[in-house]
Amino acid sequence: MNTESPIIRPTGLDIARIRADFPILSLPSNGKRLTFLDTAASAQKPRQVIDAESHVYEAEYANIHRGVYDLSQRATVAYDKARTKVRKFINAASDREIVFVRNATEGVNLVAQTWGRRNLRQGDQIILSEMEHHANIVPWQMLREETGLELVVIPITDSGELVWEAYEKAFTSKTRLVAMTQVSNALGTITPMAEIIKVAHSHGVPVLVDGCQAVPHMPVDVQALDADFYVFSSHKLYGPTGVGVLYTKAKILEAMPPYQGGGDMISSVTWAKTTYADIPQRFEAGTPNIAGTIALGAAIDYIESFDRQALMAHEHALLEYATERLQALNSITIYGTAAEKAAVISFAIKGVHPHDVGTILDFEGIAVRAGHHCAQPVMDRFGVPATTRASFGIYNDFDDVDALIRGIGKVQEIFG
Amino acid sequence: MNDLRELYQEVILDHGRKPRNFGALPDANREAHGHNPLCGDKLDVRLLVKDGIVEDVKFEGAGCAISVASASLMTEALKGRTEAEANALFEKFHALITGEADVTLDQLEELDKLAVFSGVRDYPLRVKCATLGWHTMHAALENNGETVVTE
Repeated sequence: MNTESPIIRPTGLDIARIRADFPILSLPSNGKRLTFLDTAASAQKPRQVIDAESHVYEAEYANIHRGVYDLSQRATVAYDKARTKVRKFINAASDREIVFVRNATEGVNLVAQTWGRRNLRQGDQIILSEMEHHANIVPWQMLREETGLELVVIPITDSGELVWEAYEKAFTSKTRLVAMTQVSNALGTITPMAEIIKVAHSHGVPVLVDGCQAVPHMPVDVQALDADFYVFSSHKLYGPTGVGVLYTKAKILEAMPPYQGGGDMISSVTWAKTTYADIPQRFEAGTPNIAGTIALGAAIDYIESFDRQALMAHEHALLEYATERLQALNSITIYGTAAEKAAVISFAIKGVHPHDVGTILDFEGIAVRAGHHCAQPVMDRFGVPATTRASFGIYNDFDDVDALIRGIGKVQEIFG
Repeated sequence: MNDLRELYQEVILDHGRKPRNFGALPDANREAHGHNPLCGDKLDVRLLVKDGIVEDVKFEGAGCAISVASASLMTEALKGRTEAEANALFEKFHALITGEADVTLDQLEELDKLAVFSGVRDYPLRVKCATLGWHTMHAALENNGETVVTE
């Protein structure tokens, strides 16, 4: 079975040009062409983002919201502009609804520790799905230990889709929050988030969306979704590490107590009493990741320089081609076969542990994730300790899929 | 490909596929549970120690070829040794695969078949795989019933 010529190239995107924007892709890995298939863990960065970050330090750096001198003002303007870019990117109603954090994980923790601590009591319930990332499980478990709240977990089907009836029936008079992923990092499943939110709101329950894997791969409109909280990370969006975004509806955010105390989050401080700054500054204590945040703005500019429908079509074509070629091989099981899927494929090769698969593929210059993908409950659901995961980004091409298939051939040759 | 064969030597593939001394050891008097949270590998090591001598040793669990083969070859190497010898062998093995200390020819000889794991030292992320069984064995001898975590 050899079908090494892709059937569909429908997007009109110049992938070779996109690849040229990513310096790391031109470097060999183990002496081979780098086949980077771990974008779901963290995306590579285009020259435009790298340059934006170094430009800050070379020409525009000073602390923000403090100095009256020119450099500080320019840095402040650039930082605030990044907030506006994020607001437009996810179509939030106001810049005030955008809180910069370290990453999506911190966004969830912030909500748990401020909104959650204030609003959740013993016996209250939070609805999660069985396919959540640890980042959307552990902060709630920590709060459970503190408050005695309950976690209600909605099961998933064998194909990795939410069991819809179970979700609809999960609401009780004690339900206080739904916290759910829009795209599963381990299975690729795209959840019907608009419907999920509609159902929750019909019960008067707010929804926190883990949008880490969604934002890089599809246009997101938080107002159209009517999301109450939405978190994502810069580093999965081709931006730098160390920056994340927490979107929260203004009327909810205004009522939330501060997260961490310090500079930049206060209105006035005396020994007797401190008053806190307005949103979003109230949640941004201390000097933030200034250059990284500005570079996130550059990453958003970069993504938006493309036709996003074309990017989605390209990634979907890669997913279909890779799925087809994997299914044509013997002894491959794919975990996650939802009808709506992002370009993530978790799989097992019969008789070979994912770590051995990962090491052998690495010899061929192929970077995949081998492990539990920070989603151990998903692994338990499918009865495996770990899987091998190939995930795609805007710079992947059909040659990358062919390399993966050849690499799996090597694995089977060695373990055959 | 040559490099790959250096890591995945035939002995390792063989023991990974058909681990020796695999299964329960009902009359064991020492045991420990080992876990590598990074990859989900889990191994139980059980020993029967009489008068300071390892009379029997078995393991059970699931893991990658490196960790299963390493535990398998370990069980073969341990039988009949004193506790002190078992721990000393662990130290030599550890030095071999971490590259922390130079291993002399004499020591290599003593490691015998275990020397096939020398290729692991070039893969820092896989060292934990190769040592999981050994750490677990060590814990079983030191402290009965404890869970060992390598990551």
